[in-house]
Amino acid sequence: MIKTFLIGIKDLKLIFRDRAALILMLVAPFLLTLGMGLVTGRFSGSSNTGIADIPVIIVNLDKEQLGNALADVFTVEELAELVEPTFSEDSEAARIAIDEDTAAAAIIIPEGFTRSVIPQQGTFDEEPEALQIEVYANPARPTGAGIIKSIVDEFISRVEEGRISGQTAIFQMIISGRITPQQGEQAGMDMARRLEDSPTDNTLAIKLNTDTSGGEAVQFDVLAYLAPGMALMFLMFTVSYGGRSILAEKAQGTLPRLLVSPTNSAQILGGKVFGIYLTGVAQMLILIGASSILFQLKWGDPLAVLTLVLAAVFGASGWGMLITALARTPAQVGSVGSAVMLIFGILGGSFISLEQMPPAVQMVSKITPNAWALDGFTTLALGGTLSHLSTPITALLTMGLILFLIAVVLFGKKNLAQK
Amino acid sequence: MSNILEVQNLVKQYGDFTAVKGISFDIRDGEIFSLLGPNGAGKTTTISMLSTLYAPTSGDATIAGHSVKQKPMAVRNAIGVVPQDLALYEDLTARENLIFWGQMYGLSGKSLAARVDEVLEQIGLTDKAKDRVKTYSGGMKRRVNIGVGLLHKPNLLFMDEPTVGIDPQSRRAILDTVKDLNKQGMTVLYTTHYMEEAEELSHRVGIIDHGELIALGTRKELTRQVGQTETLILHIGENEDPEALVTALKDIDGVLEVNAIDHEIAVITHAAKDVLAPVVTKANERGIKIHSIDIREPNLEAVFLHLTGRALRD
Repeated sequence: MIKTFLIGIKDLKLIFRDRAALILMLVAPFLLTLGMGLVTGRFSGSSNTGIADIPVIIVNLDKEQLGNALADVFTVEELAELVEPTFSEDSEAARIAIDEDTAAAAIIIPEGFTRSVIPQQGTFDEEPEALQIEVYANPARPTGAGIIKSIVDEFISRVEEGRISGQTAIFQMIISGRITPQQGEQAGMDMARRLEDSPTDNTLAIKLNTDTSGGEAVQFDVLAYLAPGMALMFLMFTVSYGGRSILAEKAQGTLPRLLVSPTNSAQILGGKVFGIYLTGVAQMLILIGASSILFQLKWGDPLAVLTLVLAAVFGASGWGMLITALARTPAQVGSVGSAVMLIFGILGGSFISLEQMPPAVQMVSKITPNAWALDGFTTLALGGTLSHLSTPITALLTMGLILFLIAVVLFGKKNLAQK
Repeated sequence: MSNILEVQNLVKQYGDFTAVKGISFDIRDGEIFSLLGPNGAGKTTTISMLSTLYAPTSGDATIAGHSVKQKPMAVRNAIGVVPQDLALYEDLTARENLIFWGQMYGLSGKSLAARVDEVLEQIGLTDKAKDRVKTYSGGMKRRVNIGVGLLHKPNLLFMDEPTVGIDPQSRRAILDTVKDLNKQGMTVLYTTHYMEEAEELSHRVGIIDHGELIALGTRKELTRQVGQTETLILHIGENEDPEALVTALKDIDGVLEVNAIDHEIAVITHAAKDVLAPVVTKANERGIKIHSIDIREPNLEAVFLHLTGRALRD
């Protein structure tokens, strides 16, 4: 175990002394992120996320004040470029449309939603039946669906905030004897009318996310998509470079020398894998740290980001080991690794949002760690927490495990001693 | 004196090709034993099997009482290996390399630091210990390569052609290091295709060719196999046909044997000075121009020539 650790640390030290590798691991993703941030206007204030015209179906069965207000949110000018709403009367048809991948999400506002929130004349002391707005999300378009859900969450939280504060204030006035229960009902109705007007507050249009637990609103930042995309693409370079070092050590004679020391093959291979993993984690954390400081980029909940990084590097390392196990020479790993880096970068959404790609490509993208990890990072940037990452983390860990097992079987058939 | 290494019928096959054909020998505690043979003779394959890198196809060897097949980990603890090609991390310093390899041999803490300092002193690189290996000359790298093999003070050190491709000064330093190590009690298995190195260093020599151990003994024992003979080496022109001259030379009184390889003819005789004149006469009669003539006293080269009909460098 100690030797495995020592071999991993040695590999980490070696890669951080290789200038060419450092440029590709750290400088290239950073510069590409910077360049794409400039192109999209992130640094000039006219931010364009590259995510536009998210198709959303709105089924307003409520047809009263709050239902109409929510529907109106999606037609305000500030969201005109971001969302492309269509209106329907049929909730079942909307769900089918989502299942057929024609939109990112359907918002179904149930009949009586307004009355469930705002007490009607003569029913002020009755607890209304709780009705919920349904956001029927398309799992194939997690980013778009996440943004739609954020808008709805924002609307609901404002409505809820207004309702609770209003109720509390009126009850306190009744208890203190300042107003009678009849006057309280009238005050409640007045507050409700004001509440009907408030959800379309203009600030909503520029805040695309729900409040975080601390109450701080989070903006969706173009770099929150671009930076992880680039980092993940170059993570694939790192893992293939790390895998390449196994064959390079074989060619240089250091691997045979390790094999004649009192160190067994499992310790050596484990050490090499640990080195690749450690390097990948270090690369991701450095890029995340640098973009947080230099670009003021908010990646989201730190614990969740760290967990996702650990899972993403595990999944990517699996690919690195598989490529190495299949290759015969370090040069083969280098060329195949570079090709895989680019293909996975494109397929995984590093350049173009996956939601803008055909369904078949979206399906194929699931074999890449990039797609799963990018999905997770986007979720976190939109205010998600660790609990929202179960799917991408499970997928990444499963992917890594399967690929590692295949690689170990293939390595077993390879003669690592022969130069 | 007990044997630290005993090899019994060791065989290594790669498909239809047999690299090592059932060799057997032993090495006594405290001696320098050289395996002498041309490139491709099977020296490195033999060391690779003895160091547990390759599994033998058949046969076995014991090192410090441990079978290379049954107890490879115990064997690895007992041996140090200096591979033919440099096996170092060039982006690490000499000290970092020695520390890493020392850790792989189970050294740690203060004992590792002290041992690294000793080895650096021994290989003469204390002043350069903090420089990365990639900045070193070929000879300095070779010294670090040897230093790695010494870290854990092995009972038996395998050195596989450690002087290949280096300048004479570094070569001299390495040969002196081997002798010093031996004086300190280390047993050494040294492979080389340089006859002079085997003669200078070894207590005993095994001559290996085409995977077979064709002779074994001290230098005296081996040269005795050739008898009290001398060899005349005639270097003839590239366009000359040696075959006609070989037949004529065999008729000269006192000539024991004649072999021709490319443009060299080896004439084995009891007294070179007695046959020199008739040899030159025979060549002149046939119009064959002799560029130069060497007279060689019996040595390991002659032994190899005697046993195989070829020079070591062929």
